[in-house]
Amino acid sequence: MKVLVAVKRVIDYNVKIRVKADHSDVDLTNVKMAMNPFCEIAVEEAVRLKEKGVATEVIAVSVGPKAAQEQLRTALALGADRAIHIETNERVESLAVAKLLAKVVDEEQPSLVILGKQAIDTDNNQTGQMLAALTGLPQGTFASEVAVDGDSVNVTREIDGGLQTIALTLPAIVTTDLRLNEPRYAKLPDIMKAKKKPLDVKTPADYGIEVASKVSLLKVESPPERKGGVKVASVDELVDKLKNEAKVL
Amino acid sequence: MSILVLADLHEGQLAGATAHVVAAAKEMGGDIDVLVVGEGVQAAAEAAAKLDGVSKVRVADNAVYAHQLAEPMGALLVELAGDYTHVLASASTTGKNVLPRLAALKDVSQLSDIIAVESADTFKRPIYAGNAIATVKSDDALKVITVRTTGFDAVGEGNNAPVEAVDTVVENSQSRFVKEELATSDRPELGGAKVVISGGRGMGNGENFKLLDGIADKLDAAIGASRAAVDAGFVPNDMQVGQTGKIVAPDLYIAVGISGAIQHLAGMKDSKVIVAINKDDEAPIFQVADYGLVGDLFEILPELESKL
Repeated sequence: MKVLVAVKRVIDYNVKIRVKADHSDVDLTNVKMAMNPFCEIAVEEAVRLKEKGVATEVIAVSVGPKAAQEQLRTALALGADRAIHIETNERVESLAVAKLLAKVVDEEQPSLVILGKQAIDTDNNQTGQMLAALTGLPQGTFASEVAVDGDSVNVTREIDGGLQTIALTLPAIVTTDLRLNEPRYAKLPDIMKAKKKPLDVKTPADYGIEVASKVSLLKVESPPERKGGVKVASVDELVDKLKNEAKVL
Repeated sequence: MSILVLADLHEGQLAGATAHVVAAAKEMGGDIDVLVVGEGVQAAAEAAAKLDGVSKVRVADNAVYAHQLAEPMGALLVELAGDYTHVLASASTTGKNVLPRLAALKDVSQLSDIIAVESADTFKRPIYAGNAIATVKSDDALKVITVRTTGFDAVGEGNNAPVEAVDTVVENSQSRFVKEELATSDRPELGGAKVVISGGRGMGNGENFKLLDGIADKLDAAIGASRAAVDAGFVPNDMQVGQTGKIVAPDLYIAVGISGAIQHLAGMKDSKVIVAINKDDEAPIFQVADYGLVGDLFEILPELESKL
């Protein structure tokens, strides 16, 4: 079966972000970018399915600026067979990404689509669910275990109270949670080989999708700073401060 | 203006989160209906009818909605959404699972995890793990929104809103519930606790988390954990506080053996008072802690327990 994986180029998760002085957005100039950590887990899961002989082909897809091809090359180095880049320099909201991915699903007819549960920049946690809705396919979100069994897939989901396992008919959409797997690193020979793997470049217009959104970003601010606290010398002093100064005990 | 609030359930009962979402809805203005979806959820509907500000409770009680699977719930919400200008749910795993389906099926965007209401169409939400706050305006005809419960104080009880049945039953052949493994705990729910004590990698192993029990008992606190502690297998993942776990904002948060990575701070830095106990006095957690105690947690925890 064919597996489609969506990956997003985002700010590296270790970077401490800065808000632009004019409050128009976060400043991303000269900031280290990387593949969204949840997308790495999605790629890893797809590659593992291939290694188990469950998947026959893994296709990576990304929507974003030209530079997003770096993340697609990473996915190829990790084991994806080919990539599709939908190039746009506009700010693309989850709904438009889901619409574009729905077109790719329509074209490629994968049995399984794996996405990360959320991107660490917008923190939306929407695209996979929206894609499932638009394609009419069932969804297994926040997956910590994925087991394909014939024409269905069992997905164990991380829910607020614990774990829930559901069975979905294939084709299906799965979004990854952190504990699904431990992504591997790309090896140098694989990085070299990935440069020769096919990467198709498309635009939203090729799919007839308008990426403009009715949500506008009015302002971006830094969150209120917590004022620096004090260090206490002993447990007694801590308990005293909590009782008499902070009054939380 | 009319708002539909999807009720949160916990083991079939109304969860505390719903009262916070109703509070957010009140700030938007307009009539507020609460929708309770599930199987055997009449008691939850009765509880929702008591929440202040609620005009009406609609209850879809049917086997097809058991375990709140996304596919039937999404289909039901699409049926009902036509009567409303806003559909809200808490940013719980159920809200996050279902609401984007509604949004996509209605061809509108969704606003996730709002923490403040500026007006009926303008909201604030954290981005980049809470390191920036975005003000966003939606011009969509239907606003589909998930609410961060810690951003809004719960409404009180004392109402007696009418409860009416929703007869819509949708077919679902695509997804099936298999099993659930819920963590059982007598402690307060992590998201709603007034005091939270969390352990990190510094706890060393799962057994040592018992050191937190006595303190949690004395403070009626919930016990949380950092991702490092969860990944190391010390405790189950539903205890994780952070960007990808639970977001908490208790009166008192005690971080024990937690260094304070950006992703952990995202889940707790709105706590009123933060205490850090860590042997590394350079740990980033001390930059957000109101009170820091540098030292060995294995000595400090028993002493703290005895002195509370």
